Amino acid sequence: MNTALIRIEIDGQALDVPNGISVAAAIARAQRPFRRSVSGQVRAPFCGMGICFECRVRIDGIAQQRACMATVREGMQVMTDD
Amino acid sequence: MTERYDVVIVGAGPAGIAAADAALARGARVAWIDAQANGGGQVWRKDSEHGWPRRAQSIIARVLRHSSMTWMPQTEVIAAERDELLLQNTHNARRVAYNALILATGARELLLPFPGWTLPGVTGAGALQALAKQGWPLAGRRVVIAGAGPLLWAAAATAQRHGARVLGIYEQAGAKAVHDFARTLWRWPGKAVQAAVLRTQLADVPYRYGCAVRRAMGDDALQTIEVDGPHGVERIECDQLAVGYGLIPNTELAHMLGCALKLEGAHPYVAVDAMQRSSIANVYAAGELCGIGGRDTAWLEGRIAGLAATGATIDASLQRQHRHARAFATALRTHFALDPRIRNLATPDTLICRCEDVSLQTLNNYTDARSAKLATRCGMGACQGRVCGAALAELGRFARSGHRPPLFPARLATLGDLPTPSEHQGFIA
Ligand SMILES: Cc1cc2nc3c(=O)[nH]c(=O)nc-3n(C[C@H](O)[C@H](O)[C@H](O)COP(=O)(O)OP(=O)(O)OC[C@H]3O[C@@H](n4cnc5c(N)ncnc54)[C@H](O)[C@@H]3O)c2cc1C
Ligand code: FES
Repeated sequence: MNTALIRIEIDGQALDVPNGISVAAAIARAQRPFRRSVSGQVRAPFCGMGICFECRVRIDGIAQQRACMATVREGMQVMTDD
Repeated sequence: MTERYDVVIVGAGPAGIAAADAALARGARVAWIDAQANGGGQVWRKDSEHGWPRRAQSIIARVLRHSSMTWMPQTEVIAAERDELLLQNTHNARRVAYNALILATGARELLLPFPGWTLPGVTGAGALQALAKQGWPLAGRRVVIAGAGPLLWAAAATAQRHGARVLGIYEQAGAKAVHDFARTLWRWPGKAVQAAVLRTQLADVPYRYGCAVRRAMGDDALQTIEVDGPHGVERIECDQLAVGYGLIPNTELAHMLGCALKLEGAHPYVAVDAMQRSSIANVYAAGELCGIGGRDTAWLEGRIAGLAATGATIDASLQRQHRHARAFATALRTHFALDPRIRNLATPDTLICRCEDVSLQTLNNYTDARSAKLATRCGMGACQGRVCGAALAELGRFARSGHRPPLFPARLATLGDLPTPSEHQGFIA
């Protein structure tokens, strides 16, 4: 299917990922953390379908985006855990 | 500015696809909205590696190509007023008005708390399936699938297809219940074939009955789980645990619109008549939000709703097929009913509200969602109680109360577009 790779940046690190994957999948491939909970626990995607909001990160400057609902785009800038 | 359509459909799973197909064939101008990037819903979610299932692909393509279709992906319904919806995507807000609205918002997983359920590496069962299809790296990962019902098999097959080592499937129902279910499958030959195919694909994967994951352990990520089974407690080292206890209908939007709901166990579903009409005259509902019924039910209900919403009559054979498909849901529900011990896995310090980190014991002094929310912030976080509300209802605590706009966290610019109550006598006031 989508074998073409595109380049995105996660926390300032360039990463080549298959076109069409979710931002959540890209973050997991980069082995980056997602976010910390209000009491400081490490959290990661839980529902995979936009319900739990555990996967939220900053995408192209817009905060609180659900990484499981967003698709990677060439040049996308993702900031995790902020 | 408000765009106007004959039929607006929310949800692009099997129910929404069938509704769109039927309404378009009847000559209606249709707007089709889904929060996901692609049509297909949960069961026909597009796989970034393998694409859509073939049947879904051709129907989705046909519907999307239609000249009377306006497709709005990655768009969420934020609020509803009389005959109008307020929508939001990453950058914009827009309004659509309708003559008829078809809700096909589907279902989500019932995710129940147990110690360690917040650790990275723990997901729902369908969730792991969804994540894998979106490119989540699973190659070589040790995966355990647990919970209730046939969705566990589907999740295991998807994980395996994406290169995971599935260590086992742990079903909470007992052996007798599962075997009784298998014996009823002849009534739905399509399902029997599906089950046989999955069984073959998963021939190497151990399948255990009467088991519950009672604890997940690890520092910053999952390392070990404890499974309580008929032969005692087993410790399993794994990288990924996927636990799902079945599905619950996504009724938030229907509730906000004022559609009458009924209860199935602890969870609401939308009440509809034989034409899929809700209690609100021009609002129809189809698929999982009318009670968990599976793909075939969703498809048939979507078709009925699409026809009914455009004034067509529904022939008796379609109604008959629909009743037969719905009966499957009843069989599922009976045989995979939750073992009471699943509701007792959370310990006093297990977090129930994952958004605001509220533990079970913190909630002990409250008997309703509103006072608990005000005092503890339980249900007040980004997910707006979607996870903890359903869990608490299932645990026999207070159910989640009411739904107010916005349905999903919204930007101020979007909310600024909402009329004030004085200029509009809709549901917002
Ligand atoms: C995670 C998961 C995995 C599943 N996997 C399988 C499987 O492998 N095999 C199987 O037979 N069954 C599976 N099911 C069961 C499945 O729910 C049904 O068989 C089928 O998908 C139901 O179709 P539907 O059209 O009713 O709803 P869905 O397919 O759930 O579609 C509903 C759609 O509505 C959209 N939506 C909901 N609310 C809004 C809103 N406010 N704004 C915009 N869009 C919205 C959602 O994004 C979704 O795309 C799964 C269910 C879940 C939850
Ligand atoms: S994983 Fe739950 S919202 Fe993204």
